[in-house]
Amino acid sequence: MNGPDGHVNGPGESVNGPDERVNAQVPLLSATGVRKSFGRVEVLKGVDLTVYPGQVVCLLGPSGSGKSTFLRCVNHLERIDAGEIWVDGHLVGYRRAGGKKYEMRPREVADQRRDIGMVFQRFNLFPHRTALENVMEAPRHVLGQPRDAVRQAALDLLRRVGLAERADHYPAQLSGGQQQRVAIARALAMRPRLMLFDEPTSALDPELVGEVLDVMKDLAGAGMTMVVVTHEIGFAREAADHVVFMDDGTIVEAGRPTELIANPQHPRTKAFLAKVL
Amino acid sequence: MTAVQEHVTEPIVPLRRPGRWVAGAVLAVLAAMAVSFVLTTPALRPDLVAGYLFEKSIMRGLLLTVELTALAMLAGLVLGTALAIMRLSENPLLRGVAAAYVWLFRGTPILVQLLFWFFLGAVMPRVSLGVPFGPEFFSAPVNALITPFTAAILGLGLNEAAYMAEIVRAGIGSVDRGQREAAEALGMRPALVYRRVILPQAARVIVPPTANETISMLKLTSLVLVIGLPDLLTSAQLIYGRNFQQIPLLIVASIWYLVLTTLLTFIQSRLERRLGRSDVQVGGHA
Ligand SMILES: Nc1ncnc2c1ncn2[C@@H]1O[C@H](COP(=O)(O)OP(=O)(O)OP(=O)(O)O)[C@@H](O)[C@H]1O
Ligand SMILES: [Mg+2]
Repeated sequence: MNGPDGHVNGPGESVNGPDERVNAQVPLLSATGVRKSFGRVEVLKGVDLTVYPGQVVCLLGPSGSGKSTFLRCVNHLERIDAGEIWVDGHLVGYRRAGGKKYEMRPREVADQRRDIGMVFQRFNLFPHRTALENVMEAPRHVLGQPRDAVRQAALDLLRRVGLAERADHYPAQLSGGQQQRVAIARALAMRPRLMLFDEPTSALDPELVGEVLDVMKDLAGAGMTMVVVTHEIGFAREAADHVVFMDDGTIVEAGRPTELIANPQHPRTKAFLAKVL
Repeated sequence: MTAVQEHVTEPIVPLRRPGRWVAGAVLAVLAAMAVSFVLTTPALRPDLVAGYLFEKSIMRGLLLTVELTALAMLAGLVLGTALAIMRLSENPLLRGVAAAYVWLFRGTPILVQLLFWFFLGAVMPRVSLGVPFGPEFFSAPVNALITPFTAAILGLGLNEAAYMAEIVRAGIGSVDRGQREAAEALGMRPALVYRRVILPQAARVIVPPTANETISMLKLTSLVLVIGLPDLLTSAQLIYGRNFQQIPLLIVASIWYLVLTTLLTFIQSRLERRLGRSDVQVGGHA
């Protein structure tokens, strides 16, 4: 595993400095100076973020601050304009050679994404396939694993998210909370090293939020490395190792959840937390 | 409260629909008129219709019509899908080529295109494969390659591809953007994203207009008359050119067109039901 260049770890150390345990490890995700513009509007203005294996990082911030965009850059659903992102020792979306970064071909980018799971606000389950088929899809057709083994693993995953008896239901026959749990199982089926969640509970009725957050807490407890964009401050306080507050394309403040949420320093963090708490 | 309870057992009278009865009566009269017309008009010659229905050249024409329709639609569907994907690609050159193709083949009469392929040998006696202005690896006379049948497939198929390209493009456009992202996020390569996620969902939107196209192709194939191919309608025309029994032979051809259309409609509804499987609501099946 060829780790990222030494200088990339820099920002991570300052952010995670107090925690001796994680500092000793190689980061799983390391973003440095990430910039992204849509047309003339710069949406990300130099984002630095380091996530160590097993960490749960919550990304908070007002609407339009660039949280989704940053998450999408991490698995190269968006191309970045400057900076770099390393995941698990690989430079995301580019190949370095002779002092230059060469953009990867779409199929190479696709292969890189296998190790990164993503869960969307609107679930995005495949509506023409049952819950079980949704979970089996990628291991079967991306990895080409044998049918019976994939089926067994998929049933285990559905059981893990509490939906074993819904295996043969189509997404249209499931509630929002159930759909999102299937979506989590679908992402886990690729055995990702890193899971990205983009407001996984924002499209859910209030009474269904809990069942999805419970699955995510289980996952965090099992040691999964997670980056979670959320407005659920309770979840951040309970499950996150690290909370990052984003505003207007930059990271304004970061720290341990208890400290940052109870005692924010930056005026914009204060204003945001005052609104959502 | 007590007043309400008194009403509870009152019977419900369904809405009366007098319009249905009126429409039914009108239709019954019209149907009776049609039956009486068929039975009392000797020129229709039901005996001749029955006699020619399975006549040898009619059967050959029917077979040709089915072959041309199937092959032209297959070519149209495959090439049209490729064109639609090109049209939606990030490569401006591919986009341009696809747009130009659709412009050219939709913009000129199908009759002209059929004749063009048929007479290609006249303007271009030989085809060759090789470096332009350079050496040739392969060369053959066009007239040997392009028979009337291949000219018909080229003409109908390439034309159909332009229409299918637009149908498939609309189908792909109807699939939610999040579907592609979810597929990409799972590590699917672009071709797999199309094959497993986009196209199966687009199919629901693509099937009805494609069935339409197929049914209209069935009848469009009679244009191959101009390049001397005896399809179903042409075969009927050849017969009545000799015996002057136009009406009975046109009825024979129409019966076969109706049979084929019925068959296609049946296949269409089967396909639509299959693709609609995932719509079943909660409780629909468990
Ligand atoms: N594909 C795009 N094209 C143009 N502008 C975009 C695109 N995607 C996002 N933006 C813009 O970038 C900005 C940041 O968007 P982003 O979705 O990252 O915000 P967010 O922090 O996730 O907000 P929310 O909490 O509402 O989801 C917004 O102003 C948005 O309008
Ligand atoms: Mg967002």
